[in-house]
Amino acid sequence: MKKLTLEQKLFLNGFRPDRESHLAIIDQEKCRKCELRQCTYICPVNTYRWENDQITVFFEGCLECGACRIACQDCQNLEWRYPRGGFGVNYRTG
Amino acid sequence: MTDKPERFDVIVVGAGPAGMSAAYLLAKEGLNVVVIERGDFPGSKNVMGGVLYRHPTEEIIPGFWREAPLERHVVETQTWVLTEKAAFKAAHRHEAFAQEPYNSFTVLRARFDKWMGQQVRAAGALIVPETVVEEPIMQGDKVVGVRTGRPDGDLYADVVIAADGVNSLLAQKVGLREKEIPTNEAALAVKEVIALPREVIEDRFQITGDQGVTIEMYAEATWGMVGTGFIYTNKDSLSVGCGALISQLVERGVTPNDLLEHMKSHPVVAPLLEGGETREYLAHLIPEGGLYGMPKLSTHGMLVVGDAAMLVNSMHREGSNLAMLSGKMAAQAVLRAKEWNDFSAESLAYYDQLLRDSFIYKDLYKYRNMARFFETHPEFFGFYPELLNEACREMLTVDGVSKRSKQRKIFWDALRRRMPWRMALDFYGAWRSIA
Repeated sequence: MKKLTLEQKLFLNGFRPDRESHLAIIDQEKCRKCELRQCTYICPVNTYRWENDQITVFFEGCLECGACRIACQDCQNLEWRYPRGGFGVNYRTG
Repeated sequence: MTDKPERFDVIVVGAGPAGMSAAYLLAKEGLNVVVIERGDFPGSKNVMGGVLYRHPTEEIIPGFWREAPLERHVVETQTWVLTEKAAFKAAHRHEAFAQEPYNSFTVLRARFDKWMGQQVRAAGALIVPETVVEEPIMQGDKVVGVRTGRPDGDLYADVVIAADGVNSLLAQKVGLREKEIPTNEAALAVKEVIALPREVIEDRFQITGDQGVTIEMYAEATWGMVGTGFIYTNKDSLSVGCGALISQLVERGVTPNDLLEHMKSHPVVAPLLEGGETREYLAHLIPEGGLYGMPKLSTHGMLVVGDAAMLVNSMHREGSNLAMLSGKMAAQAVLRAKEWNDFSAESLAYYDQLLRDSFIYKDLYKYRNMARFFETHPEFFGFYPELLNEACREMLTVDGVSKRSKQRKIFWDALRRRMPWRMALDFYGAWRSIA
């Protein structure tokens, strides 16, 4: 079957993105020192990207799984919450 | 909302299988129940692989399968052990599984849960969608309600049932889960729903009508990490996914989407998906902590059910059934507490007792050491699958070499690569961890 890029896959999902991010990095300085930066690859939708010497959070495609929260627990450097009611991903199949 | 605080008998946080089961049964008994759901409708945030078992579901809604939106009834269960270029397949099909009332069904959670939400409403519960629960409202060590993200959104009740899923921020904030889930006690799974015409699915999987097949895949399906891959047949789509422990994904620097693409492109998997069109891409955390990962299940004014309570039996891919039954037990405990008008920790501990006396606890106890064992024995996801597939290839290759020589070659190759006592220990350990 035709291989889709992650971006193409995310176009298939229903989202109602909020204006503000429900995810936030608490201290970018910690990320600069972070050896693994596991958030940049553990996320199924590539929410966290290392750009210009800091983590940028692309929260719009978040699937709200919580993997980043578990993966970043040693640093506790992630302010993780669910999107506000009615916002975020809207699965049709589930 | 009005000036007077909203009061209910029970607040259920989360419209998943566990929460809705509890809400349905409690509303049926005439209690004043509210279900708070963050999504637009029950199911819009819910993800599972896709197998729903009939028996436990009938404990909540008898005869559900005659009217609920189900995909296919499962008649055949396959297990594949993959290496890079090969697969060892085991399959079981039984005529009994093709007969009503059936054993299990593939489902698309968003559709099934939407239907279940309608049943919950019809039973008399109020479902409040598009609402996030921010935190518990405490009086001392008692849970007396929840604070929602809505203006003036404080709700009060005798009991709060935390059915808010694997991330259960509620259980954490109340202090029932003392530490964060360790990275080796949670698996991250991703899934695609891939559309294919009905006839193609029925041809490819050798099924007719609404019969269905499930395939679980190991080893190379997850790049040798502890986890599984799966293909489930729906009516006109396939649910295709895989998951592995977060600890191992992090350790190896693997991105979940790459893992899924790797599995989908496997020479044995790809032909089944040929011509398919991806319709949705989903992700879900699976609590793998088992018995040792279970939080405290109850306290004054609160019960924890389903994924929030880590109730998953990964050996048998059971989760939603444990969720629903835990919801039922929570409902039983609440009904008893209501009768005695006693919602203290001691009274609600009846839920713990029901769970402990059930097969749920017995099964979690049986497999309590399994996750740890396989996590520390990667050879079961690499070396042994390779050995098995290579042995098959050797025996099936006709090349003028006698069968006895082939057997000897397989035997000595294995011994050269791993000491016999190690292998004996491996299999003894594996057997012990699941026996």
